[in-house]
Amino acid sequence: MDSLPQFVGRNLYDLDDYSAEEIMYILEAARGMKEINLRQYKKIPTLRGKTVCTLFVENSTRTRMSFELAASRLSADVVSFQATVSSLQKGESLQDTVYTLDAMGIDLYCIRHSSPGSPQLVHKYSGKPVINGGDGRHAHPTQALLDIFSIWEKLGSLEGLKITIVGDILNSRVVRSNLIGMKKLGADVTVCGPRTLMPGGMEEIYGCRVEYNLPEALKDADVVMGLRMQLERMTEGLFPSLEEYSKHYVLSKDTIKFAKKDALIMHPGPMNRGVEILPEIADSDHSIIVEQVANGVAVRMALMFLILGGKL
Amino acid sequence: MTTLIKNGTAYVDGAFVKKDILIEDKLITRIEDKINEPAEKVIDAKGMHVFPGFVDIHVHLRDPGQTYKEDIVSGTRSAARGGFTSLCAMPNTDPVVDNIATVDYIQRRAKDLGSAKVYVIGAMTKKSEGLEISEMATMKSDGIVAVSDDGKCVQNAKLMLNCMRYATNFGLPLIVHAEDYNLSGSGQIHAGKIALKLGLTGIPALAEEVIISRDIMLAENTGSRLHIAHISTARSIELVREAKQLGFNITCEVTPHHLILTEDACLGFDTNTKMKPPLRTEADRQACVQALKDGIIDCIATDHAPHADFEKVREFDHAPFGVIGLETAFPALYHHLVKPGHISLERIVDALTSVPASLLDLPPSALKIGYPADICLVDLNQETSFEPEEIASKSKNTPWLNQKLSGKVIYTILDGRITWEAI
Repeated sequence: MDSLPQFVGRNLYDLDDYSAEEIMYILEAARGMKEINLRQYKKIPTLRGKTVCTLFVENSTRTRMSFELAASRLSADVVSFQATVSSLQKGESLQDTVYTLDAMGIDLYCIRHSSPGSPQLVHKYSGKPVINGGDGRHAHPTQALLDIFSIWEKLGSLEGLKITIVGDILNSRVVRSNLIGMKKLGADVTVCGPRTLMPGGMEEIYGCRVEYNLPEALKDADVVMGLRMQLERMTEGLFPSLEEYSKHYVLSKDTIKFAKKDALIMHPGPMNRGVEILPEIADSDHSIIVEQVANGVAVRMALMFLILGGKL
Repeated sequence: MTTLIKNGTAYVDGAFVKKDILIEDKLITRIEDKINEPAEKVIDAKGMHVFPGFVDIHVHLRDPGQTYKEDIVSGTRSAARGGFTSLCAMPNTDPVVDNIATVDYIQRRAKDLGSAKVYVIGAMTKKSEGLEISEMATMKSDGIVAVSDDGKCVQNAKLMLNCMRYATNFGLPLIVHAEDYNLSGSGQIHAGKIALKLGLTGIPALAEEVIISRDIMLAENTGSRLHIAHISTARSIELVREAKQLGFNITCEVTPHHLILTEDACLGFDTNTKMKPPLRTEADRQACVQALKDGIIDCIATDHAPHADFEKVREFDHAPFGVIGLETAFPALYHHLVKPGHISLERIVDALTSVPASLLDLPPSALKIGYPADICLVDLNQETSFEPEEIASKSKNTPWLNQKLSGKVIYTILDGRITWEAI
């Protein structure tokens, strides 16, 4: 690297705006932050006087907590705006909401919204940096960064790794962001699910392998990631029953044996035990599912630190 | 009042010729190599092309009911700026044009205050709800030129069959917005690689093709005149090609945006690229251009669909579908298709004048002695820009916002009266 990557004032809409070098730099910074989270007194003064707003227009207690903890541990002030899409639709527009919040002096927005592209709107109306905490089916770059961090921390590098992601690929923002980031770091990614939950063009757009058969998809995998199967997909006519889905796509002892013996087991949570993953796998020695959550705080701390130009 | 257009290149009988044109009152009275007779108004059209006034058979004027988006005055003024002298107003106003009172209102206001001739399209079903046939015969006697539920699509094939039988009984063409609701669902943009990238729900090409396929079969059965609005996919075009070869009375239109833009335009989440049908793939776009050249696509229509700024600045999936098109139509077509040599100027002008007029039996639009003096003058070498304050429409929702395009409309003349003059 010729010069240090510049992060100050940048937005994180998705990982396609970030180079492999920049992603690696974020991971290194997150490693430092993780150490802080293990201390007795989990706080550093680096972002004192800065204000971070979590703007959540779609419910997600866990992700919001992770963002808010990250900001608090860097000593930033945190304000939280929570609304449902319907309340925004009925009353104030997102534009007016952002104007209102901005008048209160926000330095960084972390947004979760069911509409793809809404982080771009928040930046457009505020002029402030925005971290995308998940926008519809579009992107979830902090989840992808924490997933990548978790793999990198365990296995040292993603170069040449075989990573298999199983589940509702069609509706998953986690998959889209992970595919972009993992490919940049040299991993071979396979996505697996039934055809009704698999959008066309995955190979062309993301350079991944598409498999509809689970054992085939898991063959020789170094990392296996399950995705949450949502019940409403059934009423949308995408699959007939959780039982039938589970029979063909559950991560169990029987299916995971096709992967490498010590393959890492991951899941972005919250899990449907018994649907996409069995407890025997979720709680196995190779599962890093709980550690992913811890890493999420560290990665979000690193991002806020870099974007707000914190000093160590 | 006499007006003399001198030294222009006029489009007469399908060819570009140096002719002077004399207008007396509302009519074209002389077209000659040189006219030296004194006139009250003389326009020096040196360096300009003189076209028949453009005809747009697919416009949403939003009047009555949504006049914050557009009204008959602003909509026809927008038409005049774009070189249009005749337009057909779609019936999805509030109330819907399914009764003679609303037909009368639009006709009267356009006549009194409009800068273009406005022909009214009546709703195909009551309130365009797709449940019962509208009083189309009554509206026909009041002057509607076609029936359509545009913006919506009759999902019930039996009802559509009866709409066709009934409209045909009274000599009315039907205009169909082809969209199978179950297939389009909550889709936002074309179901393709960009929808996948952006995480937006897709509208598959099939949503259009399935209905076109159905309606061609129904039209075959009923012998109706079926006009397909805003065709957008390669497969739809093949269906129409086949129907035409079989001799069915099927015609179709394409919008300038489907001829020029593709799904790639949606990459920045610009809600001014969101419309129905959605911008499709490059292969679809090329098929549209080729079909327009071949005549499989009969004409160009803008689907001018104004929406207020506050509606379009929303999150992409909450913003309404539609873009304005009257002012950008000719410049965009000229700039992106004619100038680079993809299609001839003659074909574009035909597709904007004589052809659309003939499809709905409107008075012909041509530079001919004795015809109404509906004319537009264009300087192909001058650029015209689309900054919000320069747009005549009340709404500014165009994908060409803030862009410059060559092919500037300098004058528009309606029945001998100047309705647009660029400064």
